[in-house]
Amino acid sequence: MLELKGITKKFGGKTILDNINLTVTDGKILTIVGPSGAGKTTLLRCISGLASVDSGQFLLDGKAFDPASNRDNDAVIGVVFQDYQLFPNLTVRQNVTLAPTMVLKQSAKDANEEAERLLKQLDLGDKADLFPYELSGGQKQRVAIVRALAMHPKLLCYDEPTSALDPDLRREVQQIIVKLRDEGITQIVVTHDIPFAEAIADQMLRVEPKN
Amino acid sequence: MHYVSQILPSLISGTGMTLSIFFWTIIIAIPLGILVGLGMTTNFKPLTWLINIYVWLMRGTPLLLQLIFVFYGLPIIGVVFQRYDAALFAFILNYTAYFAEIFRGGLQAIPEGQYESARVLRLTNWQTLRKIVIPQVVKIVLPSIGNEVINLVKDSSLVYVIGLGDLLRAGNVAMARDVTLVPMLLVGVIYLLLTAVCTLVLKRMEKHYSFWR
Repeated sequence: MLELKGITKKFGGKTILDNINLTVTDGKILTIVGPSGAGKTTLLRCISGLASVDSGQFLLDGKAFDPASNRDNDAVIGVVFQDYQLFPNLTVRQNVTLAPTMVLKQSAKDANEEAERLLKQLDLGDKADLFPYELSGGQKQRVAIVRALAMHPKLLCYDEPTSALDPDLRREVQQIIVKLRDEGITQIVVTHDIPFAEAIADQMLRVEPKN
Repeated sequence: MHYVSQILPSLISGTGMTLSIFFWTIIIAIPLGILVGLGMTTNFKPLTWLINIYVWLMRGTPLLLQLIFVFYGLPIIGVVFQRYDAALFAFILNYTAYFAEIFRGGLQAIPEGQYESARVLRLTNWQTLRKIVIPQVVKIVLPSIGNEVINLVKDSSLVYVIGLGDLLRAGNVAMARDVTLVPMLLVGVIYLLLTAVCTLVLKRMEKHYSFWR
């Protein structure tokens, strides 16, 4: 369970996040919605440790932790970026196995087996040896999800997962997120797509722009 | 033809000097260029400031002048180089600056998202650099590096100024002695052959990196 207590973030003199309190229940989907500029992505960046907070506290399973320095413990938070950010110089398989072998010190064989299993699960079984440029947008996104899952995150975050997808693919990523929830994975989804958010949410947080 | 075979040995020995300067400069200046290029992308102001002055000096003055300063100037402050070492030192200093600028450009072309993506996967900075950043940078900079490599083949002819016997000098000596342009024609052909080989190797390398986009 992830708890945020009084999270505040400022850029210059402007307060982007003002005293955010929220609890993400294990195995559930939290959606964060709101118009552009409301600080949704900033909140996600704070949770995933890519941005520091000015005040407030993060608790993971009741224990305080600092996402910005979560390198060496196993409080892993996975992120699926809006533009996926796959590594273009590596194949799909290498994208997925790079961190498990280098960070979790899995053997090449174990990492590979798990990658194959996850890729098959997300319908990418025949794509393992392709490079990112050879994939469609939806396939790239699924690879990004697999890459994050291979690190066994306690929490998986998505930044605007539907923004670049057509309606069919939107339904597809919805099914994936719900399926992962049914497997017990805790997920946070940032989106401005309200119908999509309502379709998947167990919990919803609305953020509004501050003036 | 008889004349050609007469002067060829001296030209070939001059080519040896040209190649020696060329290879050692490449082997040392490229890794140094990567390091200095990395230094330019850090946020540590004194370092970037220092590097910028160095690059400005090296790119802002003729290589010929730098050769003269290293060989004739440095002894004044007690640093004495042999001719060959002086030439190599000047070439490495000069080419490192150009390579550093090229690598800086390549490093800055990598989107921030690639670093963030690596960071949330908990890769260390070194792992990120080695597995993700450098391979992408190499592909980006290869054409510009190629330009400099070919320039270096020809720039090496500047070593004549401190009395080293390279290919161009060998041709020059023969031309002055025999009052004919034939040696210089041969010199031109040899330079063309050298740059042709470089071009081929560079094309190969670019092709090697074309398996991803």
